[in-house]
Amino acid sequence: MPGCSRRPGLRPESSRQVPPASRFSSSKSSSMASAPTSKYNSRSLENESIKRTSRDGVNRDLSEAVPRLPGEIRITDKEVIYICPFNGPIKGRVYITNYRLYLRSLETDSALILDVPLGVISRIEKMGGATSRGENSYGLDITCKDMRNLRFALKQEGHSRRDMFEILTRHAFPLSHSLPIFAFVNEEKFNVDGWMVYNPVEEYRRQGLPNHHWRITFINKCYELCDTYPPLLVVPFRATDEDLKRVATFRSRNRIPVLSWIHPENKTVIVRCSQPLVGMSGKRNKDDEKYLDVIRETNRQISKLTIYDARPNVNAVANKATGGGYESDDAYHNTELFFLDIHNIHVMRESLKKVKDIVYPNVEESHWLSSLESTHWLEHIKLILTGAIQVADKVSSGRSSVLVHCSDGWDRTAQLTSLAMLMLDSFYRSIEGFEILVQKEWISFGHKFASRIGHGDKNHADADRSPIFLQFIDCVWQMSKQFPTAFEFNERFLMTILDHLYSCRFGTFLYNCESARERQKVTERTVSLWSLINSNKDTFKNPFYTKEINRVLYPVASMRHLELWVNYYIRWNPRIKQQQPNPVEQRYMELLALRDEYIKRLEELQLANSAKLSDPSTSPSSPSQMLPHVQTHF
Amino acid sequence: MLGKGVVGGGGGTRAPKPSFVSYVRPEEIHTNEKEVTEKEVTLHLLPGEQLLCEASTVLKCVQEDSCQRGIYGKLVCTDFKIAFLGDDESALESDETQFKNKIIGENDIPLHCVDQIYGVFDEKKKTLFGQLKKYPEKLIIHCKDLRVFHFCLRYTKEEEVKRIVSGIIHHTLAPKLLKRLFLFSYATAVHSNTPTNPQNHTVMFDTLEDWCWELERTKGSMKYKAVSVNEGYRVCERLPAHFVVPAPLPEESVSRFQGHGIPIWCWSYHNGCALLKMSALPREQDDGILQTHKNFLDGIYRVIHRPPYEIVKTEDLSSNFLSLPDIQTAYSKFKQLFLIDNSTEFWDTDIKWFSLLESSSWLDIIRRCLKKAIEVIECLDAQNTNVLLVEENASDLCCLVSSLVQVMMHPPAFEFTETYLTVLSDSLYIPIFTTFFFNSPHQKEMNLGREAQDAHSTPLHLLTVWDWSVQFEPRAQTLLQNPLYVEKPKLDKGQRKGTHLKHQRQLSLPLTQSKSSPKRGFFREETDHLIKNLLGKRISKLINYSDELQDSFREFYDSWHSKPADYHGLLLPHIEGPEVRVWAQRYLRWIPEAQILGGGAVAMTSRLVGMMEEVRSLQEKINERHHHQRALPAEAPSLLRSSARLSSLFPFALLQRRPSKPVLPTSGWKALGDEEDLARREDEFVDLGEV
Repeated sequence: MPGCSRRPGLRPESSRQVPPASRFSSSKSSSMASAPTSKYNSRSLENESIKRTSRDGVNRDLSEAVPRLPGEIRITDKEVIYICPFNGPIKGRVYITNYRLYLRSLETDSALILDVPLGVISRIEKMGGATSRGENSYGLDITCKDMRNLRFALKQEGHSRRDMFEILTRHAFPLSHSLPIFAFVNEEKFNVDGWMVYNPVEEYRRQGLPNHHWRITFINKCYELCDTYPPLLVVPFRATDEDLKRVATFRSRNRIPVLSWIHPENKTVIVRCSQPLVGMSGKRNKDDEKYLDVIRETNRQISKLTIYDARPNVNAVANKATGGGYESDDAYHNTELFFLDIHNIHVMRESLKKVKDIVYPNVEESHWLSSLESTHWLEHIKLILTGAIQVADKVSSGRSSVLVHCSDGWDRTAQLTSLAMLMLDSFYRSIEGFEILVQKEWISFGHKFASRIGHGDKNHADADRSPIFLQFIDCVWQMSKQFPTAFEFNERFLMTILDHLYSCRFGTFLYNCESARERQKVTERTVSLWSLINSNKDTFKNPFYTKEINRVLYPVASMRHLELWVNYYIRWNPRIKQQQPNPVEQRYMELLALRDEYIKRLEELQLANSAKLSDPSTSPSSPSQMLPHVQTHF
Repeated sequence: MLGKGVVGGGGGTRAPKPSFVSYVRPEEIHTNEKEVTEKEVTLHLLPGEQLLCEASTVLKCVQEDSCQRGIYGKLVCTDFKIAFLGDDESALESDETQFKNKIIGENDIPLHCVDQIYGVFDEKKKTLFGQLKKYPEKLIIHCKDLRVFHFCLRYTKEEEVKRIVSGIIHHTLAPKLLKRLFLFSYATAVHSNTPTNPQNHTVMFDTLEDWCWELERTKGSMKYKAVSVNEGYRVCERLPAHFVVPAPLPEESVSRFQGHGIPIWCWSYHNGCALLKMSALPREQDDGILQTHKNFLDGIYRVIHRPPYEIVKTEDLSSNFLSLPDIQTAYSKFKQLFLIDNSTEFWDTDIKWFSLLESSSWLDIIRRCLKKAIEVIECLDAQNTNVLLVEENASDLCCLVSSLVQVMMHPPAFEFTETYLTVLSDSLYIPIFTTFFFNSPHQKEMNLGREAQDAHSTPLHLLTVWDWSVQFEPRAQTLLQNPLYVEKPKLDKGQRKGTHLKHQRQLSLPLTQSKSSPKRGFFREETDHLIKNLLGKRISKLINYSDELQDSFREFYDSWHSKPADYHGLLLPHIEGPEVRVWAQRYLRWIPEAQILGGGAVAMTSRLVGMMEEVRSLQEKINERHHHQRALPAEAPSLLRSSARLSSLFPFALLQRRPSKPVLPTSGWKALGDEEDLARREDEFVDLGEV
């Protein structure tokens, strides 16, 4: 349950016990109807706890162990009152480990379970004090990164609040207390190694690289060219390593233009980088100018190279004051520059805060639409999608190659290139393809996950934090909503990624760049999130997925079609619960199972028939016995 | 086309402020030579339909890929429709055209469907009505089914322009006598040669038997009776000839106040509780009359409110609910959001879409309707009480609430699709069906019944919208059926007995309320309150609704939603803000920018239908092997299956767009307001100048 479960006993039920009926045999329908319920529930974190409760449901006495991962150590437990914003105070026992906060209700009429990874905690505050009144006034308020707050009231005697506060603070913010992040003590084993999913050489080979115009360079093998780039880069064949070094001096943080994706037919490319160091004086760099021209010429197009600067025009201009800037017409003759008007990390952070204000704990009722509009969240989503559509269209139509940058090329740039690639290349719409996309465009190219999420860090007000990756996942969700058969993965897959973006259970999203990960030996010392996902792939599959090669997907970036992702942003509110599984999906799963059964039966019949031919004495079994449910009509 | 400044006015140059209507000059409109030689397209007239006026060399402008295309043709106006006859069918060879309406073609606008006519004079758009002094260069017709037509008249002869424009204005906007409704010419012309469709079994509720049947079906016959007291509309013209009232109600009381103040039965729930409606007594000032009214209502109330056996709660829809003008105003604003003239307008409104939607208050009205229905259901289902809906004439909000209640409570629901509802809403404007063109059965009968016709003539051929074969071929009709729908499984005998017993018990035993207090809720149960309400001293606004009401509603609503839904039982919609959304199919279906090519829910449905067909064919194969039967001839694949990539607006998307091209917003960012400071900040606080 998100946050808390409903107390039963509200009203004796009237007429709703009958499970959704199937037209097919009754025995079939009852088993079909009940089976997928938890499997297709997309509230992933919450769902884990549901599964756990139902699995252990038979024996629910209080001595029952708290779920524990290998390597997870129990630290303390306390009796608390959980102040559920939806159903009021619930007495429970909270167990704290080095990985999670786990609460179980002590009340007989409530099956509430809270299972919160400590990594999700952004801030812990004490509420009330010795002088305040009321039984719930002496407690803790925990702000989470996943759109909820948890409030607990504790007994005033025995320093229980101080203990809980200190223990939680230590383990939720291990970096601030010289403790290891849980991923490094996690001893989970999976039968699939997620670290093997992304192999850059293989991925570039899949794209047909290297070729006559593009080569793989190892110039950054020890991160000496650019410490926030991966060791392996794809650059124009005609640019030498010396050229690259000179270009690096003119690009912010040495993030030179490198290839992200090449169109299999027209050979236009998506190239990513950071802003040029133009500065107030309007500096120029011949090497950089020439380099861009070399990129333009790789696909023998006469047209100009298109540059998409993700920022609003004014910000790009303002960046000159701090040494940055953009490619001006006079310096870069064969380019055409467009600004995409996507705002910076601070604007996005504030926007998400406003979303939380209108959905948690209560959903703004009377002015929902204008409140939603005032958060600007969907407007940002619209602009990001619009930008990505333009990048994809430019490349797909073969009109020209595209260079994408923002300021440093690790936030908006990653959003744009990865979304455009998702639109252009159906490979990335499969489960493994998407993992590779994230691994490549985000993790290896140095999206600063550690700074943006603040893993294990107590500084909740850090201005570096921003929901850029969440925004990307939201865009992917919007696309999957508009094209419900185009993605191999389901909503739960996206939610699981987001849950473990914060949980610190896996090494996948830790640190800001590959060089830091290498220093920390992340792949040796931690488990990859893709290990968890790929060893349970069925759970994350979209049954409607229809593989279509070479189909370009253009979502409609209109407010008429963009929706707030209710199942994610409002998942803690039991009132705003979507039907899970959705009836179309459930019916489809029934049909799939039925189809498989019929196919099996047909095969059996075929075998029986051939047996009958060879032995005419065997009498066939009665059809009515063999096919109890084939008679049912559609 | 994606020049600098198009998106968000970037690149230093600002996009020019779009003018009110961005028209393409006719000379800029592409026309094929072939098309200029106006292809002969014949006008299809319905029986009894007459051509009134026409104009040639009219250019119909179609927006395509954000540029405009023109098709030359003839614009005609008949006594039934406005029609454009041009060679527009070329691109429509896809299966999508198979969902064709047999009555209304793609370029036909029934006169009743015209919502607003605009003329364009010197690039300015003006509403047209009455006598015109000057004739427009372009005619824009907004339809009630949300289509928008642009007809350029620049190449049309002046005389013809005058004739067609004034003809269209006159025949669509001038008030029309009921007798001149096209329905009559159609019915007269058609009666001789067409037999009425015997397969149409829709119950019309125009006979006593229909009502008796409905009473039996809902097991309401033990407490309610069908009466014919209004036969020949002796009592009043407002009520139908036959209806149902509480069994103990003396029939003569119906005529006392012309049917006012009489509880009329709508429907009985399986627990025996009934939904009733009543038209209020006229408001009176005179104390004597008031006293008479009070005594009368006292008597009525004693019939229907007999605790503990029968408890009735009243819901005064005239005072505690929406008003008709509220609904009208909201809809006028709302529909305007979808009557979009061009791409610029689409993207301009897109930036402030949510606030525009909210300011129309349409979704809020929808939410309040749903909520009211759930409140009534809570009484019927959870509190075991009858509910009496009261309204001035019991013919507007009473219908709305009572039918919503029945849809939510009455299994099985939703055998039909969204498309069914969309075409039903379109059928409101097709005057060959009698269904929606009269205010009362009396009015209909006076105009169409036996008395209205000559004694010798054969009865008129009257169509109802429920005969869908009039509008759609069988294959197209399959799109009106929900492929997900499954019939309720037949109950075995034991179960059926069980439900039967429940009814018996409730008749013989006092009702036990599952709620603690019978006083709960805002439904005022005391006789006095009812009477006060009905007498027009509406005091409800002065009474604060108790929190208890909200609690019991919430409890009921939350408790229902916390359990898995049984699609054959009570179905309650979600009514929270994020859950009440625009009905995309009806409202967005003609807007090319809003099309998701190869996407939308239809992509999923078509997969589902495909799987159903696969399972069915496997089933047949198995049957064949067992019974050595020949396989039945395969059914034609569903329309949903025949096309690989449908548009999200299927089956209505008749506007073509090349799938290889994306739609791009042409106007970008709105001011951030209080966030401007943040927007100016750098992502990272490093001075790059020193790097």
